Amino acid sequence: MSGRVLVGVKRVIDYAVKIRVKPDNTGVVTDGVKHSMNPFCEIAVEEAVKLKEKKLVKEVVAVSCGPQQSQETIRTALAMGADRGIHVEVSGKDYETLGPLQVSKIMAALAKKEDAQIIILGKQAIDDDCNQTGQMTAALLDWPQGTFASEVTLDGDKIKVVREIDGGLETIKINTPAVLTADLRLNTPRYATLPNIMKAKKKKIANVKPADLGVNLTSKLEVLRVEDPPQRQAGMKVETVEDLVGKLKESGKV
Amino acid sequence: MWLNLTPSRRLLSLRWSLIQYRNITLENTTRKAAVDKVLSAFRSICGKDNVSLGEAIREQHGKDESVHRCRPPDVVVFPRCVEEVSALAKVCHDHNLPIIPFGTGTGLEGGVGAVKGGVCFSLRNMDQILDLHPEDFDVTVEPGVTRKALNAYLRDTGLWFPVDPGADASLCGMAATSASGTNAVRYGTMRENVMNLEVVLSNGTVIHTAGKGRRPRKTSAGYNLTNLFVGSEGTLGIITKTTLRLYGVPEAMVSAVCSFPSVQAAVDSTLQILQTGVPIARIEFLDDVMIDACNKFSSLSYPVTPTLFLEFHGSERSLEEQVSTAEEITHSNEGSDFQWARDAETRNRLWKARHDAWYAAQALRPGCKAYSTDVCVPLSRLPQIIVETKKDLLESRLTGPIAGHVGDGNFHCLMVVDPNDPDELHQVHLFTERLARRALAMDGTCTGEHGVGLGKRALLCEEVGPLAIQVMQGLKDSLDPGNLMNPGKILQRGEL
Repeated sequence: MSGRVLVGVKRVIDYAVKIRVKPDNTGVVTDGVKHSMNPFCEIAVEEAVKLKEKKLVKEVVAVSCGPQQSQETIRTALAMGADRGIHVEVSGKDYETLGPLQVSKIMAALAKKEDAQIIILGKQAIDDDCNQTGQMTAALLDWPQGTFASEVTLDGDKIKVVREIDGGLETIKINTPAVLTADLRLNTPRYATLPNIMKAKKKKIANVKPADLGVNLTSKLEVLRVEDPPQRQAGMKVETVEDLVGKLKESGKV
Repeated sequence: MWLNLTPSRRLLSLRWSLIQYRNITLENTTRKAAVDKVLSAFRSICGKDNVSLGEAIREQHGKDESVHRCRPPDVVVFPRCVEEVSALAKVCHDHNLPIIPFGTGTGLEGGVGAVKGGVCFSLRNMDQILDLHPEDFDVTVEPGVTRKALNAYLRDTGLWFPVDPGADASLCGMAATSASGTNAVRYGTMRENVMNLEVVLSNGTVIHTAGKGRRPRKTSAGYNLTNLFVGSEGTLGIITKTTLRLYGVPEAMVSAVCSFPSVQAAVDSTLQILQTGVPIARIEFLDDVMIDACNKFSSLSYPVTPTLFLEFHGSERSLEEQVSTAEEITHSNEGSDFQWARDAETRNRLWKARHDAWYAAQALRPGCKAYSTDVCVPLSRLPQIIVETKKDLLESRLTGPIAGHVGDGNFHCLMVVDPNDPDELHQVHLFTERLARRALAMDGTCTGEHGVGLGKRALLCEEVGPLAIQVMQGLKDSLDPGNLMNPGKILQRGEL
């Protein structure tokens, strides 16, 4: 048992920013916009660090796929308590088309290379809302998956996961090695403190290229157009119930 | 009362009322005519979507979270940058229209009520966080930025802005009211943490109180204009930027709770904890009535007796020392049931009573509203004033559980009152005046945190004395000769 946890962290536009669509409708404006770690990835890192503090795992490795700036996101994970980082360099056109399929291939390759026991990811990214990477990674590795986790308990070589599903809460027990994805109520991520940020500067981040992992980044998806949601139309006041019914009939709603 | 007057006096009083009525009506008509004239100027400055006459919008901007009734402005404008604020202010100045700055409307003293109508400047569209310098521990923000938004923005830097008045208030609004909060005992209030302000004066002039872009940690350059505007409650100018002092996020936190047989024992413990130099972050006092309310509301089982809630910040090692020193002190003052917790979940559970205090107080009498009093006295006088106040509450048959920032000598009675009972409202009003005067008699202040606003103008005169009031009035007259900036607040003018 390696006792090693891989945590995937994604650099996304900060959740508090007002998103603007580019005038040419090819995407959203990212230049000069504040970026930070995907909130669900923060929860994933927190869970991994908690496991290490309870001495249930030995090492937490933070992984991010992206351009140079992804290293900042890895540094935040290191400041939260991860031991070392791996930056998988993806930039330019490849980065624009990088999606769950490519990332899960990378995570699977890294899991084998690093002999990981558990992979924890956020359940989805707040920019694409895909909610696919965890599931695809488990499938590629043929590992069990505990997704939408709101509670994780290690039990020998098994993991008990309480999952948030539409009907309520589902508890499952899966073997390790396994993939977990973090849901909102799994924990409350800690703030990075100044002393920890300083310590994180000394921790190592390894640079890896997707080709070194034998991963092909070609995407089968092409973004055709990105648009704002339709503008909200002004409402209309009516005087009587008859008017209301009349207007509803007119617009074909009744 | 009118019937007690002699007939000639009655006639005089009637004439006086009629003259007042005519003057006010005349004022209103003149003002409304002026507003109509300026609407097109407003629209060309900030866009017609950012000028609102709608009744609902005006009402939203005429009240805050106090018990003072809504006093809506005549029009609300939503400027997007300081240049628009300045241009709009010039227009108001040229037409003699009152200007009321508005942040988040979370004030507690009726500060945003437009008592003479006028133009409300809602600053929420100016919501940029500018110029963060993590290595210098400072950041500049616009009025639309709230303290929770700033702390969320800062979360990756290891820094935070600790002044926490409870509400998610606008930081510039907090500067305007000199806000404070539960951790003032360690981190100070806005007075200590505002380094520079950009202010638009009533005639549209834009000034930087410490010089444009300047942010030294200390200075002895000239008059302290920055702190003149901090706490001025919108009566001297519109704050459009504030430069704030940031602090490192604490490495670790421990929360603790301890019960005491008496108010004196709790306050003595506080004094001794401060005297031994424990850098305590929060030390909150809840009286037995409040604890009882919290037990009922949150199904807890604290002993129903004066209780202290403590919070310690620091490194792991320093926390051990801080907590054990505090525990010793509370023991020596007959404190009991000292519990403490390190992890976030247990800490929140321990402090649940303190967090829910406001709601627990209101739940004591469903259907009633809560109004918070706010006085502050030197620490050594705190036991006496609390004991006397509790006696007053009993005698007046009022519901007023007490919660206080005992490390600053500041406490709040959460008066739970039926808003539809004018007698009770009147009783509460008299009680708060007695409380304020009690605090003044003990070398204290009539408002520790909430500001003067509408309700405490007379008390301010008693507190600082007529000569100091004259100086304040002189400053006001020099910065705002037309009395356009938020009229009716802080200073009384003749018969207003």
